[in-house]
Amino acid sequence: MLAQKTLDNPELMTDAEPAEVPPSPSRQEVRPAPTLLQRAARLFAAGPAKPGDAFGAPGQGRSLAISIVTALSLIGLWFLSTTAGWVEPLFLPSPTAVIARFWEVLTEGFANATLIEHTGWSMLRVFGAFALALVTAVPIGIFMGVNRIARGLFDPIIEFYRPLPPLAYLPLVIIWLGIGETSKIVLIYMAIFAPMALSARAGVKSVAIEQIHAAYSMGASRWQVVRHIILKSALPEILTGMRIGIGFGWTTLVAAEMVAAQAGLGFMVLNAAEFLVTDVVIMGIIVIGIIAYLFDLLMRFAERKLVPWKGH
Amino acid sequence: MSRLQIHDVSVVYPGLNNGEEVHALSHINFAIEPGEFVVALGASGCGKTTLLSLMAGFISPSDGYLTLGDNPVSGLPRVACGVDLHDQIAGPGKERGVVFQKHALLPWLNVIENTEFGLKLQGIPRSERRERAASFLKLVGLEDFHQHPVYQLSGGMQQRVGIARALTNDPEMLLLDEPLGALDALTREVLQELLLDVWKQTRKMMFFITHSVEEALFMASRLIIMSPRPGRITHEFKLDFNERFLECRDARKVKSLPEFIEMREKVLSIIHGDEQSGGMH
Ligand SMILES: Nc1ncnc2c1ncn2[C@@H]1O[C@H](COP(=O)(O)OP(=O)(O)OP(=O)(O)O)[C@@H](O)[C@H]1O
Ligand SMILES: [Mg+2]
Repeated sequence: MLAQKTLDNPELMTDAEPAEVPPSPSRQEVRPAPTLLQRAARLFAAGPAKPGDAFGAPGQGRSLAISIVTALSLIGLWFLSTTAGWVEPLFLPSPTAVIARFWEVLTEGFANATLIEHTGWSMLRVFGAFALALVTAVPIGIFMGVNRIARGLFDPIIEFYRPLPPLAYLPLVIIWLGIGETSKIVLIYMAIFAPMALSARAGVKSVAIEQIHAAYSMGASRWQVVRHIILKSALPEILTGMRIGIGFGWTTLVAAEMVAAQAGLGFMVLNAAEFLVTDVVIMGIIVIGIIAYLFDLLMRFAERKLVPWKGH
Repeated sequence: MSRLQIHDVSVVYPGLNNGEEVHALSHINFAIEPGEFVVALGASGCGKTTLLSLMAGFISPSDGYLTLGDNPVSGLPRVACGVDLHDQIAGPGKERGVVFQKHALLPWLNVIENTEFGLKLQGIPRSERRERAASFLKLVGLEDFHQHPVYQLSGGMQQRVGIARALTNDPEMLLLDEPLGALDALTREVLQELLLDVWKQTRKMMFFITHSVEEALFMASRLIIMSPRPGRITHEFKLDFNERFLECRDARKVKSLPEFIEMREKVLSIIHGDEQSGGMH
């Protein structure tokens, strides 16, 4: 401290010989190293507020560390309960058994098809139905939003079948379309269609009337308003609808593959359950979960790229 | 050049939940002459925005109709100006540009794309519309923000983009709903002068709503004062402070003229009287 004073104060400096001034100690306080507990707490803290974050927005801050710990604990608990023999392998096989089974099904197959084939068929059905829904449900939803005749036509149909469980109309779809690939894709398609169409319609309804008025006052035609204002404004909700829709697609997959499937993740899980091969059941569930999650990440990325103004 | 005429117009909003109907405007007869700068002043809720929405064609009157020249704006007159207007389509049009009370920019477009949006709708080639949009952005002091997303601008800057957008579209008349309300005092004065300059060069018809008495007196060739319940025009003044400014280019001087101050006190007392009687209901 004294040395610093000397450096800072020119009056005192004259007394001391410049050459003898000792190197000034670093002004930084030496902070004690954080304890392990503090480090751990920091890992789970909300983290620094991002510049421009609004005060008081609910649920602000990071949650990744908490999620990772939750996942790891669940897996740990799974390990513990199986190795300690708390549950029978028939009810809950150990993670190692599931991984071993994963490798076996990947290389040798299960129920006459490898894991790649099962996954491929299921993805073909779900994403095929998703693509079909995308090119039909979104335009119909928008049409319902901007046109009263379209709304009158489609509203009762969609609102009637939307709450029905797909298993309820599965038999009908099979009677009409047979047991081939068509009925499977149509069943998933129907499950995806309703939420996607309704989201697109809600998106149209969410357009700010001032923006529409502004466009008309600048000479826009009805079609230009739809194209330049309504479609753009509805985009965030259309994307949300796509995320919800694909979720419905995966939940309907197992029902679609119940009848006369030769391959598919849902078929594989059902078939394994029939023969009480629990590790395949669990492995199948995990594979479906991971694919669905990866697709959702992709959609969230697309949202950030396509609608950066959302939330402003 | 054509005049905008309001023929005995009333607007009644249905009350919420079977509440009382709101007589937002009652039997308005009024015209904006070619080249006129009309400013509307009045207590909150007296129907200024309603009147502007009628002129823009966003709402239709419960009674009466509006015309711009020979063309209908809104309402369904049987015969006006000797022309049967019955089956003509009315509504908003690009000859009546609007600057909104709450800016209505498009968040998926950046500043210059918002500004040139009207020209794009009309199919004007990109290089030409960029040039025109850039010149108006320069006028409102946003030449360094062309590529900025509009949702990251301050409220005042967004409002300026709204003004530049309306000017770029070059309408016959401009309808401005409190366009300068969100601006700091300095920018506000700059834009008042800018709007007067644009008006002087083009002699567009202007309908300008404000809550600032000083701004109203400074900008108006004709000032109308409105009063609520039912909404109507109670006072009209012909003014020339704007012309005086355009001659001497000294806003401070014009605003401190004795006539200006006298007029300001007069208008203030009218409005205060209104607000007191309005508050008693
Ligand atoms: N869409 C609507 N439905 C019902 N009542 C309305 C509607 N819009 C306006 N009003 C009512 O009509 C009256 C006039 O409203 P208007 O918006 O024209 O007022 P204003 O003069 O623009 O007020 P301000 O200065 O606050 O903007 C108010 O009493 C308002 O409550
Ligand atoms: Mg208003």
